[in-house]
Amino acid sequence: MALAGAVLTVALRNAVHCAVALIVSLLGTAGLYLLLRAEFLFATQIILYIGGVMLLFLFVIMLINLDESRQQRHFIKGWWLGVLLAAGTGAIGLRWALEKPWPGPEGALPAASGGNTERLADLLFSEYLVPFEAISLLLLVAIVGSVLMARPKPSAETGETPAKGAQA
Amino acid sequence: MTGLSLTTIGLGHYLALSAALMLIGTVGVLTRRNVVVILMSVELILNAVNINLIAFSKHLGQLHGQVFAIFVIAVAVAEAAVGLGILIALYRNKGTVNADEVDLLKW
Repeated sequence: MALAGAVLTVALRNAVHCAVALIVSLLGTAGLYLLLRAEFLFATQIILYIGGVMLLFLFVIMLINLDESRQQRHFIKGWWLGVLLAAGTGAIGLRWALEKPWPGPEGALPAASGGNTERLADLLFSEYLVPFEAISLLLLVAIVGSVLMARPKPSAETGETPAKGAQA
Repeated sequence: MTGLSLTTIGLGHYLALSAALMLIGTVGVLTRRNVVVILMSVELILNAVNINLIAFSKHLGQLHGQVFAIFVIAVAVAEAAVGLGILIALYRNKGTVNADEVDLLKW
């Protein structure tokens, strides 16, 4: 499911269809998270990616008029070079993934006290507190930056922004 | 194909799936013209990384990988927001969303 969605995301011509295929792929990935006993990330994936990011993508696709680009080429001229490069990298990665028998305590999970979310929160707010705060700062900067980027250009003569609000 | 068994799903299966997703995402980034689809392909690549992190987290019996996956998701969301903001500004200024028609930095 994840792989089929991913292939369709890259291969389909209409950008809206690509977005729907990407939703399928993200749902498949969320199912894998559930299989891997990462329940919190499963919920996060569905709420944040499928709810938030895909809404953003679809909104931008609607905002940008894609009708005239439907008749054009959809791949760049040197597409075979890109495919070759990606296939080389992917072959190395696949080989690396398949060859080694990975060492490690397979299936020897320590006795879990509390659910996945609780233990995750404990770890996040004790050992990874500084990166957590850094990521919140990054998100703040990203919000301000995207609003600044997407809002209408300030008029040149006055230097003031027009009264129309930010469209982000 | 030494690491893959047909009866039980182990770490190797997840790693292979993740490598395949990464491959597809890379093809998308390198070959598509539409910047929206390129951004979607970047999301695919970041998802492949997340699968890797969580598979190793399960394999080693620790939760550190999942914490890193949360960070990756946060960075991906920020990247999508900023990228789409740039895209809107670009479309307003240039009137195109094709990556090879954006040659503002070319002299």
